[in-house]
Amino acid sequence: MNAILKTEKLRVEFKNRETRQAAKVALLGLDLQVNGGEVFGFLGPNGAGKTTTINVLLGFVQPTSGTASLFGINVGQPIARQRIGYLPEMTYYYKFLTAEELLRFYSKIFGLPGPEAERRIDGVLKLVELESSRKRLIKTYSKGMQQRVGLAQALINNPDLLILDEPTSGLDPLGRMKVREIIQRLKTEGKTVFFSSHELGEVETICDRVAIIHQGELKAVGPVNEIMGRRASLEKAFLDIVGYQPQPTP
Amino acid sequence: MRNILAVADIVIKELYRRKDFYVLFIVTILICLVMASVNIFNNPDIIRYVKSLCLLLIWVSSLVIAITTTARQIPAEREQRTLLPLLAKPLSRSQLIVGKFLGCWIACGLALLCFYAFFGALSASREHHWPVLSYLQAGLMHWVALAVVIALTLLGSLVFAAPSSNATICFVIVGGILFVGRYLDVVALSLQKPWQTIIYAVYFVIPHLEFFDMRKLIIHDWPLIQWRFIGLASLYGVAYAAFFLAAACLVFRRKAVN
Ligand SMILES: Nc1ncnc2c1ncn2[C@@H]1O[C@H](COP(=O)(O)OP(=O)(O)OP(=O)(O)O)[C@@H](O)[C@H]1O
Ligand SMILES: [Mg+2]
Repeated sequence: MNAILKTEKLRVEFKNRETRQAAKVALLGLDLQVNGGEVFGFLGPNGAGKTTTINVLLGFVQPTSGTASLFGINVGQPIARQRIGYLPEMTYYYKFLTAEELLRFYSKIFGLPGPEAERRIDGVLKLVELESSRKRLIKTYSKGMQQRVGLAQALINNPDLLILDEPTSGLDPLGRMKVREIIQRLKTEGKTVFFSSHELGEVETICDRVAIIHQGELKAVGPVNEIMGRRASLEKAFLDIVGYQPQPTP
Repeated sequence: MRNILAVADIVIKELYRRKDFYVLFIVTILICLVMASVNIFNNPDIIRYVKSLCLLLIWVSSLVIAITTTARQIPAEREQRTLLPLLAKPLSRSQLIVGKFLGCWIACGLALLCFYAFFGALSASREHHWPVLSYLQAGLMHWVALAVVIALTLLGSLVFAAPSSNATICFVIVGGILFVGRYLDVVALSLQKPWQTIIYAVYFVIPHLEFFDMRKLIIHDWPLIQWRFIGLASLYGVAYAAFFLAAACLVFRRKAVN
């Protein structure tokens, strides 16, 4: 299998600033592999280490030990990020730019030649339905519009791998549907999508495989139906795997 | 290079879209205008005095512009989390630092151009002569000094967490160098042994920004400095700026940005 995204024994400790001692171990030896053309859901409770994993993949955080690579290139090298699109957990963009200028700036960094950049900008703005506000400053956008700008910038370089951190959080049902459609469309184009989410219903419908992590450890990984086993929904399976005990009602 | 220029372009765009940048600019120009209008006696001493005040004001406000805008750059990117999508692009952290530097430096250069052109126009309206080359030399040296200040501030913004404390520290350092930097060797001579060595070391290590202060050239209409000295001084300044930038890249290289 062609592993597009791979982590081996990834360990991340956050040090306490004053004592320089490990204050928090966010990941304890995570092994993950995402193959080309997959839609991969990355699940886990709050604080499980999902964002930390993504931060390592993008080179924002240095792993304490272990390695991570994208397209077989170590994530420490900027060139590993040439063919990826990334949507951060909470999206904020330069307020003093318009959507169009922001995308033009990012496409320059990807080295897209002028005419192609303009074509891509038109394309992604149409996809996220921001054409009518493209010349407005981002600071005048609503939260959902900002999230859509985020999606547009993640797609600007026509990436082969998309890394999305909770792409549907803060969106209305329509917006969520739209994101789901975009992910499915990318899949038919043969792209790979790696995303974290708390929306298990949505994960169940669009993911080929999922991984569930809990307290920095991989608890389960595999195709959705395998993880579900005989349980009625992915949500049930998730709760079982993270060891949730229902409280008896008094 | 393409990435660096793209980042610099965004820095400049931000500066001209922010209104607070203009305030200081306009205030400076207004004060100069008022001072120039006071000069009613056409007494050469008073003219010189007013000129020196105007130039001092230009120096101070250029330093304020340079330090405050630079100190804000990286912390604002962190705070508003725009650093994440940016660094997720194939942009190295050093390119980001150099781009930020270049953007701030070019913006300050444009501000200086306006300041000196304005100053030139103001004094030409009084004295009816245009020592353009003197202005060019003084402006150029001023700009090189700002390169050192901007690189230092950028380094500070990566070392100190709060932008305001960084700006204050940079002001103190730059002000200290400008006012007492040249006397440190004399001070050292008057001291006892361990202190003498320390002060001497400081004297040799600090960038002597006062070399770049050529206000007297304009105030007293002195003849031009030889261009090769200007070139040497520029090299000296650029070397310090490059040193601070390299240090900034080193500090930033392994820093977690989440
Ligand atoms: N900079 C940091 N310093 C110290 N601890 C951190 C830091 N960043 C994250 N952590 C800790 O690491 C753990 C994993 O956090 P992470 O953000 O990866 O969780 P997550 O799975 O993305 O959660 P959520 O679903 O809430 O987004 C948490 O316990 C968090 O407190
Ligand atoms: Mg998270």
